[in-house]
Amino acid sequence: MNIQHHLSDDLLLDYAAGNLSEGWSLVVATHMALCPSCRKRLSAMEGAAGALLDKVEPVEMPADAWDRMKRRLEGIRIEEVKAPRPAAPAGSGMVFPEPLRSYVGADLANVKWQALGLGAYQVRIPTADPSTQVRLLRIPAGKPVPEHTHVGRELTLVLSGSFHDGDDLFGRGDIEEADDNLLHTPKALPGEDCICLAVTEAPLRFSSWIVRLIQPILKI
Amino acid sequence: MRGLLPHYFLFSLIQAGRLPVNIAMNLDIPLEAKPCHKAVRVPSRKHAPSARSVRITKSLLTQKTNQPPSHGEMARLLKSVASDRSVEAFEALFRFYAPRVRSFMAMKTGDRQVAEELMQETMVSVWNKAAQFDPERGNVSAWIFTIARNIRIDFYRRRRPAFDPHDPAFVGDDTPSAEMEFEQVQDAALLRQAMATLPPDQLDVLKRAFFDDVSHSTIATELGLPLGTVKSRIRLAFEKLRSALEGRR
Repeated sequence: MNIQHHLSDDLLLDYAAGNLSEGWSLVVATHMALCPSCRKRLSAMEGAAGALLDKVEPVEMPADAWDRMKRRLEGIRIEEVKAPRPAAPAGSGMVFPEPLRSYVGADLANVKWQALGLGAYQVRIPTADPSTQVRLLRIPAGKPVPEHTHVGRELTLVLSGSFHDGDDLFGRGDIEEADDNLLHTPKALPGEDCICLAVTEAPLRFSSWIVRLIQPILKI
Repeated sequence: MRGLLPHYFLFSLIQAGRLPVNIAMNLDIPLEAKPCHKAVRVPSRKHAPSARSVRITKSLLTQKTNQPPSHGEMARLLKSVASDRSVEAFEALFRFYAPRVRSFMAMKTGDRQVAEELMQETMVSVWNKAAQFDPERGNVSAWIFTIARNIRIDFYRRRRPAFDPHDPAFVGDDTPSAEMEFEQVQDAALLRQAMATLPPDQLDVLKRAFFDDVSHSTIATELGLPLGTVKSRIRLAFEKLRSALEGRR
């Protein structure tokens, strides 16, 4: 099964440069665990950064910089050269790759879903990043993705099953990048529930207490 | 919000008397003037008056330190650090990379002392992790960039989740490893050539993204351009770099 929908250059560049916050990075890194082609693009970008580093105008260093470094090295115990870990056995049957699995604390079989209504489920994934909201969604076979209106950017990574959005089909490993200009109506394909990792910008906090009170009911 | 932290940080340094005001002010000047380099170099002269070190290790004798040495040479030095714990090989790497890493750190922090500490952390990490360098996944400069980047991320207490190639659910690449390693050596040279042919406006956007650690919208604001223009420069730059790499295949 080949991945058809990849990360955009600007998202990948933000990740390569270390400018992407934790929530977005989680979905970007999880996609890359499944996508050798995006990892190649990442490594080309890091190569570009390395070439830029070579060309950076070097600062003049304090005369004792190397001596201080050498003294620091002497304080470090000689570490054994670690042999590379053996490659993991293929076909482990796991659905969530790292880093996602650690964030969820379980693989798909042991996820504790919360009902969203109409047969859909979700699990919020806690991060230290207040600017995003990360969750797993389980969309019932043949049904539309719930709550697909959002403010700003949204990234959706398919982990199991598939959905279509207009003419585009998204299967395991495919990532959909949407912003508020795009009116999209993703719908799971019949036959199998679709499990997705979805990241959105954190919902707005309304100042009015009345709106805050009904916010959970309206799910906005 | 992200942009506020460094400024606040700088402000507190100015207040604490650790940073001359003119250095902090310089940071708002566009990059063309290379303000950060100047900002760092001025105080460092005070530190290192006339007796700047002119010792150059044997392996770098043949070239000026400004001239990038070959990637094969760098990989050989790093391998020697990993397998023999060779201090001499590490010194050659240090002489080339440390001043550059310090420049890189200074661009974001703007503080000489912080840049020095983060550079030291990076180079210690290079020493400790030398055995983890995987020539199949990139060249030495790219690897050292990723270490410096991660240390900078840690310094700002941010998190950057990453994939794990040893995870059982990880989808590997089919390319045989000998071929990958060969590709990487070739890619490094091709990338270097291709970077030299990028139009200045595209190169500038890449530099800002990698070194200044700012979002695309901040870059757009700084350059007075629409966000779409910045994104299309990024796309064009990488299309060019990728086609340079694909020309080889």
